[in-house]
Amino acid sequence: MSNQPALKTLYDAPGPRGKTLNIIISALCLAGLVGGMFWVISALNAKGQLAPEKWQPFLTADMWRTYLLPGIAGTLQAAGLAVVLATALGIVLGVGRMSQIKILRYGCGAVVEFFRAMPLLILMIFCFQLFANYNLFPSTQMAMAAVVTGLTLCNGAVIAEIVRAGVHSLPRGQSEASMALGLGSGQMMRMILLPQAITAMLPPIVSQLVVALKDTALGYQITYVEAVRQGVQAGSAYSNYIPALLVVAAVMIAINFALSQLAVTAENRLRKGRKAVVKPEEVAIPQI
Amino acid sequence: MKLKALIAVPALAVILAATGCGGQAGSSDAKGLTASASDGLTIGIAFDRPGISQKNPDGSFSGFDVDVAKYVATKLGVEESKITWLEAPTPQRENLIQNGQVDYVVAAYTINDARKEKVGFAGPYLTVGQSLLVRQDETAITGPESLTGGKKLCSVTGSTPAQNIKKKYAQDVQLQEYDTNSACVEALKAGAIDAMTTDDVVLAGYAAVNQGKLKVVGKPFTKDSYGIGVKKDDAEGRNKVNDAIEEMIKDGSWAKAFEKNLGASGYEMPTPPSVDRY
Amino acid sequence: MEILTEYGDQLITAFIRTIQLAGLSAVGALVLGTILAAMRVSPVWALRTVATGYVNIVRNTPLTLVVLFASFGLAQQLGVTLVDPNSPTSITDSSFRLAVLAFSTYTATFVCEALRAGVNTVPIGQSEAARSLGLGFTQGLRYIVLPQAFRAVVAPLGSIMIALIKNTTIASVIGVAEASLLMKEVIENTSALIVVGLIFALGFMCLTIPTGAVFGFLSKKLAVRT
Repeated sequence: MSNQPALKTLYDAPGPRGKTLNIIISALCLAGLVGGMFWVISALNAKGQLAPEKWQPFLTADMWRTYLLPGIAGTLQAAGLAVVLATALGIVLGVGRMSQIKILRYGCGAVVEFFRAMPLLILMIFCFQLFANYNLFPSTQMAMAAVVTGLTLCNGAVIAEIVRAGVHSLPRGQSEASMALGLGSGQMMRMILLPQAITAMLPPIVSQLVVALKDTALGYQITYVEAVRQGVQAGSAYSNYIPALLVVAAVMIAINFALSQLAVTAENRLRKGRKAVVKPEEVAIPQI
Repeated sequence: MKLKALIAVPALAVILAATGCGGQAGSSDAKGLTASASDGLTIGIAFDRPGISQKNPDGSFSGFDVDVAKYVATKLGVEESKITWLEAPTPQRENLIQNGQVDYVVAAYTINDARKEKVGFAGPYLTVGQSLLVRQDETAITGPESLTGGKKLCSVTGSTPAQNIKKKYAQDVQLQEYDTNSACVEALKAGAIDAMTTDDVVLAGYAAVNQGKLKVVGKPFTKDSYGIGVKKDDAEGRNKVNDAIEEMIKDGSWAKAFEKNLGASGYEMPTPPSVDRY
Repeated sequence: MEILTEYGDQLITAFIRTIQLAGLSAVGALVLGTILAAMRVSPVWALRTVATGYVNIVRNTPLTLVVLFASFGLAQQLGVTLVDPNSPTSITDSSFRLAVLAFSTYTATFVCEALRAGVNTVPIGQSEAARSLGLGFTQGLRYIVLPQAFRAVVAPLGSIMIALIKNTTIASVIGVAEASLLMKEVIENTSALIVVGLIFALGFMCLTIPTGAVFGFLSKKLAVRT
């Protein structure tokens, strides 16, 4: 995240020639950047995308009240709900996958692997059609239900792996000690292992929220009222497709960036704060 | 929207259920159209078809379908302020009617036999046909036959109209599929495609809001009818809606509504259809 | 079973499209991601800033938007269609190449972040030794640091590649004829929803599970032993 070099030791402090070279490269790089931006802006301008009447609607209350705010609300709602449900599902599946009972272990493993392999969009289209065919939800809720179900299943599988990684990274002595105290495997998981692992799992789960937020945009394809879809509709109502998409992108980037920062802060605080048994980075599963 | 209850079904999926939102659900269960008309109506329409039925930035609705729906409502004895508008996306229209979540659907709803098995159709109130929309300065494209020579045609994902053209008129036409009509319109205006295809009145709606930029060309080369979807077994309600449509055509409101919503497109007004009381 | 006989050919074509999308995007993402990672650890301030900005912006944008921008922004507004406009298949080619570009741009940010983490695992002594041998920053990175960093992050790269395969479904918003677009069409035309869902699920599992296995094997084989 920070702008500092990852490792100061990858290079020495530059000498006079090195300094000049750095300045030259910097200048070239910035010149390229400015040139690229100039090209984009002039091309957009030539196509009339920067005309004031395409941007003025964003200053009106109607634009936000009718289109953008409901979309952003829809995105946040589906993502929030999905992460809560996915965390619950993930803990169940993750613990199930570490169970002593063979059938449970393999069953949970199969479910996790299945949903990790399934593309979210395919799941959403499937759920949407399933709910429509069997009429499982009132129609106003159908798209939302399909989006949340899809997100829950996919993210639940990922969180299950986070839980498993968290528990596995605890020192062995923890489970040995609890066995020595005569705790059963269920008690051990519930009272000793999970509570310790959970602090380390927090940052990856917050990052998963960012993933879920971005993925609600897939609901676009099944008519869920989320930010991208609302942006497209606004674009069609005001004939400013590109400006509307740009505004939606800016809003989404801002929200996601803030959340990513939150995840980093949480991680840093955990690392500095109490002597956590597990370091968060040991649990991290790449988020995409 | 408030979340009232969450039910977790651990078997394979955790499914979200029963979010209590608004009060329009099930407004007319088990009742016929006439019985529910006394306490307001819920009407299913599309939200994103300019000139046909569109949600305006101020939250109101306008378009030909909307005007038809309003006229029918007035004839059923319901004032405009008591109408609740509900979005009826294409794949959900039958469900909405069958579950009684809407009283009727006016959403560019093509009458066909497969649909007649699930819902009843009053009308038709409009005869439509597939046509082409092009840029104003386009001269080479005059109809589906002129799309040969690798012309670029846009349509909505998985739509049969585009396949029709490819099979019947121009084998070498290039198809671009987007998931909404408005995306096609945007691409057409930017010059990325040469023409787009769907029902003529829908195209006329886009031509009306993009006056001077887009135009509908050629005679429609298929024939379909839009009807008003009602419950399948509600014969009495269907009759009343049919009466209203006939009256609307007769007293001139029909032509006025067409002129108001689609006149700006320069598209010729079709002759009003005669109601089919099957 | 009728579904298989009726749509068999289309299924194969669609999944081949998916594989092409994923394969080409993977190459693009690895190349771009490596360049970005090199920029982010470089001594030049401007390069670091540009790369950081790029990663933070693109990574936080929904992929659907990235793909839409490639088609509506890049191709239609800026005129970068990546094809010869007169070719008889310009539309399909253009959508496909734009989708590859979009996936590469997006996935590269994740490759970059994984590699940067990998660079951190390389002991400082390695790059110090490289410098004492007289290697410059670029040489040291190229011959000493990055090869070891790559070996350390094979497993996360595997997860990124699996995610990429799944993400290719998003190309359907701009009409690339890959698996999910076909699925939508099949669902509309048949009533056997569950069967259709299972067929497509199986298709994707045939792609993702072997990918995971290969990367798992490689990560064990290539792990840097210290």
